[in-house]
Amino acid sequence: MMREITCREAVREALREELQRDEDVFLIGEDIGFYGGTNKVTEGLWQEFGPERIMDTPISEAAIIGAALGAAAVGMRPVAEIMFVDFIGVCMDQIANQAAKLRYMTGGKVTLPLTIRTPGGAGRSAAAQHSQSLEAWLIHTPGLLVVMPSTPYDTKGLLKAAIREDNPVVFIENKMLYNTKGPVPEGEYVIPLGKADIKREGRDVTVVATSRMVYFALEAAAQLAAEGIECEIVDPRTLVPLDKEAILESVAKTGRLVVVHEAPERGGFGAEVAAIVVNEAFDYLDAPIQRVCSKNTPMPFSPRLERFITPQVEDIIAAVRTVMG
Amino acid sequence: MTKEELVLLHKTMLQIRHFEHEVAKAFLAGRIPGFLHSSVGQEAVAVGVCSALREDDYVVSTHRGHGHVLAKGADLKAMMAEIYGKVTGCCKGKGGSMHIADFDRGIVGANGIVGGGIPIANGVALAAKKRKNGQVVACFFGDGASNQGTFHEALNLASIWDLPVVFVAENNMYGMGTSQRRHQKVENIADRAAAYKIPGAVVDGNDVLAVREATLAACDRARRGEGPTLLECKTYRHYGHFVGDPGLYREPGELEAWMERDPLILFRRYLEKQGVPAAALDELEAQVIEEVREAVDFAHRSDEPAEETALEDVYAPTEAGRRAIW
Repeated sequence: MMREITCREAVREALREELQRDEDVFLIGEDIGFYGGTNKVTEGLWQEFGPERIMDTPISEAAIIGAALGAAAVGMRPVAEIMFVDFIGVCMDQIANQAAKLRYMTGGKVTLPLTIRTPGGAGRSAAAQHSQSLEAWLIHTPGLLVVMPSTPYDTKGLLKAAIREDNPVVFIENKMLYNTKGPVPEGEYVIPLGKADIKREGRDVTVVATSRMVYFALEAAAQLAAEGIECEIVDPRTLVPLDKEAILESVAKTGRLVVVHEAPERGGFGAEVAAIVVNEAFDYLDAPIQRVCSKNTPMPFSPRLERFITPQVEDIIAAVRTVMG
Repeated sequence: MTKEELVLLHKTMLQIRHFEHEVAKAFLAGRIPGFLHSSVGQEAVAVGVCSALREDDYVVSTHRGHGHVLAKGADLKAMMAEIYGKVTGCCKGKGGSMHIADFDRGIVGANGIVGGGIPIANGVALAAKKRKNGQVVACFFGDGASNQGTFHEALNLASIWDLPVVFVAENNMYGMGTSQRRHQKVENIADRAAAYKIPGAVVDGNDVLAVREATLAACDRARRGEGPTLLECKTYRHYGHFVGDPGLYREPGELEAWMERDPLILFRRYLEKQGVPAAALDELEAQVIEEVREAVDFAHRSDEPAEETALEDVYAPTEAGRRAIW
């Protein structure tokens, strides 16, 4: 039996292994060292690697990203943590105008091996400024790679790939999944960026789901299987680059597509997936594509309202039934 | 400094001056696309600071960065071609005037975002500190940028980590069209150093030797591991915010007064007093004019980039980078 660890432990193991492997790797962020991280992800690393490699900063997100990207520009391999993805609002210039564009603006003269780790997602009544899913801001910015894993296995392998990658990567964890367990082998492995994973095979409907929504989609699929509807769950794992082939191949098989993400529907990743499928696999489609996303509002505080705004298992089931006709 | 070294400072200032004049001319004639922020009048800051740096030190520049980049040793032709948007430009025509960079010469890049480079300078300095190689980063920014949040965040971080950065506040008295007295209450940006418990110094930014001396002291401190300095250089931009700016916000007589304190005139006077013959300086200037003309000619004759190159250099050519363009 393979051991099981949580996503939190998966992140920590990936960080520890890469810190051991490469002297140029260092971590930088708020309360990631002495305190151990607000989500306890980096707990113990400060004691193990010392304050020069696990660098606590003031609460200054623009300074964090700037320091990481400047160091990356001259060959270091920093991993910055932004405590909540919502806080990229205060350092978006450094991410989108600087890190994403520096290579391009210099005609390819500079390489930026920079990783930005940050948790997103709702589910804790953390309200409008600590619960968002902001991947659309990032995938809309050429120059960034965007990773959004769901399982501990994917989290560890993809984070190691992100740290070794020579391009800026935003690695979006999900705060509700930190305690989620899953099988992770003992030995070292790396999952290449840009490869989707089929989380469940099925012949009737393709469900493309990201991050925590993968689990919701799996739950919906289990319930639908009882009525004889077989969903194929495609977890893209990285949004940029996107494994279009895996999605198109699945749609070619099922002829039906539901896209599920926790971010608001308008202008979201689901629209991109839908456009790709319409353009490249229109002839295979037997039904209009359905999107299951958050409503287009800020995230409310009340647990009841939060649940109402965000996609639930029953919403996915309803969407699958719709495309089944 | 030897007489030759002093003359070299003058030569670099002349290069910047004539480079900027030629660029402005070409811009007004419609040969250069985009927009243009000229550093004419501020040459002594660029040259004073960069002459105090080691070859392996870094500069982080601004939207008004041609002077910094030239003073750090960028190639005239590659720079001119970049501003013309040509394939022979140092950034292959993808950066232009506001994004000139040359990593081989320690030029981390100009920046189109006011204050955007300040946090990045810290990162370069952090790498130098980790590698213990004695490198220093000179981070240029204007008085306008000193009101950005990045200024505060970056100076605070640099001070607590004792990063080897010389923060060069190039105070040309205007944040775009808003005069300094309308955009901040302090008279000296350097006074803000107290907030970070680092040294702050005000120098005459039109006196190349004064700028150089102050930068040398700040670099020494940084190389000793004692941390950053905030160095304010008071200066003035002759062309206004951008080439073509009518400058209606100026006080009557203001430009004229600053023109009398033109850094090139001041330094030429000094050199002549030191016994450098006027004829030698005239010859030097003629030489520089010729060099700049050659650069213009090179840029003018160079090809525009092929359209498909627009899709290159978005990502480093890793497997993921190649697949990220679709």
